[in-house]
Amino acid sequence: MVEFLQFTLSGIVFGMIYAAVALSLVLIWRGTRLLNYAQGGMAMFTTYVAIEVIYRTGSYWAGFVVALAAGIVLGAACQLTVIRPTMNKPPLNGVIVTIGLLVLLEGLAGIFFGGQYRSFPAAFSIIGIKAGTTPLGVSRYDVFVVAAVLVTTLVLAVAFKYTTAGLRMRAAAFNATIARLSGIRVARVLTVGWALAGLIGALAGVLVSPSTFLYPNSMDTIFVFGFTAAVIGGLDSPVGAVVGGLLLGIALSYVGGYLGSDLTSVVALGVLVVVLMIRPGGLFSATRVRRV
Amino acid sequence: MQSLPRRLGVAVVVAVIVVFLSIKLNTFRDYQIAEIAVEVTAVAGLTMLTGLSGQISLGNGAFMAIGAYTTALLLLHLSWPFIAVLVLAGAVTAAAGAIFGVAAARLRGPYLAGATLMLGVALPSIAYAYQSIFGGDQGLNVAFTTPGFLGANFPLTRWQAWVSALVALITLVLLANLSYSRIGRNWRAVRDDDVAAALDGVNVAAARILAFVVSATCAGLAGALLAIVTGLVAPGAFTITLSIALLTAAVIGGLGSLPGAVWGSLVIVLVPTYVTDVATSHGLSSSVGSNIPVAAYGAVLILVMLVFPQGIQGGLRRLLTLFTGPGPKTRTWHTAPTPPETSSADQAQASHHEKEGTS
Repeated sequence: MVEFLQFTLSGIVFGMIYAAVALSLVLIWRGTRLLNYAQGGMAMFTTYVAIEVIYRTGSYWAGFVVALAAGIVLGAACQLTVIRPTMNKPPLNGVIVTIGLLVLLEGLAGIFFGGQYRSFPAAFSIIGIKAGTTPLGVSRYDVFVVAAVLVTTLVLAVAFKYTTAGLRMRAAAFNATIARLSGIRVARVLTVGWALAGLIGALAGVLVSPSTFLYPNSMDTIFVFGFTAAVIGGLDSPVGAVVGGLLLGIALSYVGGYLGSDLTSVVALGVLVVVLMIRPGGLFSATRVRRV
Repeated sequence: MQSLPRRLGVAVVVAVIVVFLSIKLNTFRDYQIAEIAVEVTAVAGLTMLTGLSGQISLGNGAFMAIGAYTTALLLLHLSWPFIAVLVLAGAVTAAAGAIFGVAAARLRGPYLAGATLMLGVALPSIAYAYQSIFGGDQGLNVAFTTPGFLGANFPLTRWQAWVSALVALITLVLLANLSYSRIGRNWRAVRDDDVAAALDGVNVAAARILAFVVSATCAGLAGALLAIVTGLVAPGAFTITLSIALLTAAVIGGLGSLPGAVWGSLVIVLVPTYVTDVATSHGLSSSVGSNIPVAAYGAVLILVMLVFPQGIQGGLRRLLTLFTGPGPKTRTWHTAPTPPETSSADQAQASHHEKEGTS
């Protein structure tokens, strides 16, 4: 029973990280109908920036803030330089460009930062918390992870709902042509969407790296789990992304705990295929007819 | 290459050139010939899938792993003749491709690429999970020798180059036939507009699944060849980077073009070796040297897609028309093939994308 509780709690922690990755994918998908395969690569790169800053300044929080800022800059820069020119081309071109971006970032990280595994510091103690004498399987750092993702998500949700910029973004995602006719500069809004996605991705990268180590491919697995979470949630829904992330995190934690950690990605693949076969629009989508 | 005799003729000429080169060149070059043949076999399947049927796969490295492990296990435990092993490796991968293809046929665009990416990440971990069968991190050794009739002194690498090149050429001829047959036309129809294709009586799902199975089979054959060429099958060889290298080769060569698959494979095998050599000889560390090609793959994927989506073969074709003038057989592929995205939610987006460039 204690074991079950521990697996559940640590599943929630990892689930929040998958949720963050899923959220960044959903942000870009809603705006540009493009799945950003470079999201994990971007997060990996900004985490390297963070570790360099932490190494030079000795301050975790300096690295944390710089990573988030780098995420914003990288997201916007990618959109402006290579993604925007693909927008009037067939969708396959955009997909291949984001894959190219992923490989480019991984190669550059290997060149600039070296290919070896590096450990990443945690902001708080990673020693497990106990309730009385029972170990809960989570640490103070894990609590920080959950809180950081939750706060970011809530701030975004409020901003989308109550600010003018948020209204513009929702309008552009809802119908770009009408948004443009209403005087919204849709192209700029899309750049902002990529910048925000870069920010959330960078957050996920910094938060997950103490438990995975950092190397050029370190975010590959996190990315596919985030993608699976986004698909479970329906790719279109920010709430779905968070719920999908939590569900997947808890499920994979049970698999890893009871069956062995080598099988988690195989089970995640199974989950993905089953969800896509049964409910291609995600668990939360209403049944929709595909119009021609 | 419009007719079967002409295709066979080209294949024979290439085979003669390969045999000549393999005898003239040293062992290392023989090994590279084998490597290129392995790459061509896999890339040819992928370029059919992406270029003709409009589906994208980041999991063909995983299908190569299935072919390679099948080969290693069969040679290890049953010591079958290689030709039988090759056929069975192809069949097993085809079956795996069919299972995944049935799921994939319902997916479009981003979902399919994501699901295949997941396959590429998940499959190698099975080798770790069942160490007693697949040998875990160490992998499995593959015993492959030259046949007796060639004599004891015949170099193994030359024989490996011959076998690989032969399989690659047969694959290319078969794929070329497929591409110009009814099946190939159906794939193009599905790629350009799946609704119109369905109205014309094309079974869209069957066409998509078949394309996926064909590309998986090619990857499986390539994996079997890779197993005998490197003599070792280990999970580290079948990472996502392998799948992306295959895609890069297909894109560089020109999506949908079989000659392009050959050009792309030449680039992807020869250039990284050369770059790493130059980098290490200039005193750069090995991690820099080995990562320059990776960064270059990425840069090339982006540049080709933005600037020159037809790839090398498209460029060659354009050069040819400069000299000869547009022939009657000139095909008009002005843009890279596109999988149609017409779900209801996309309708609003579609009009916006078309105008995005001008705003």
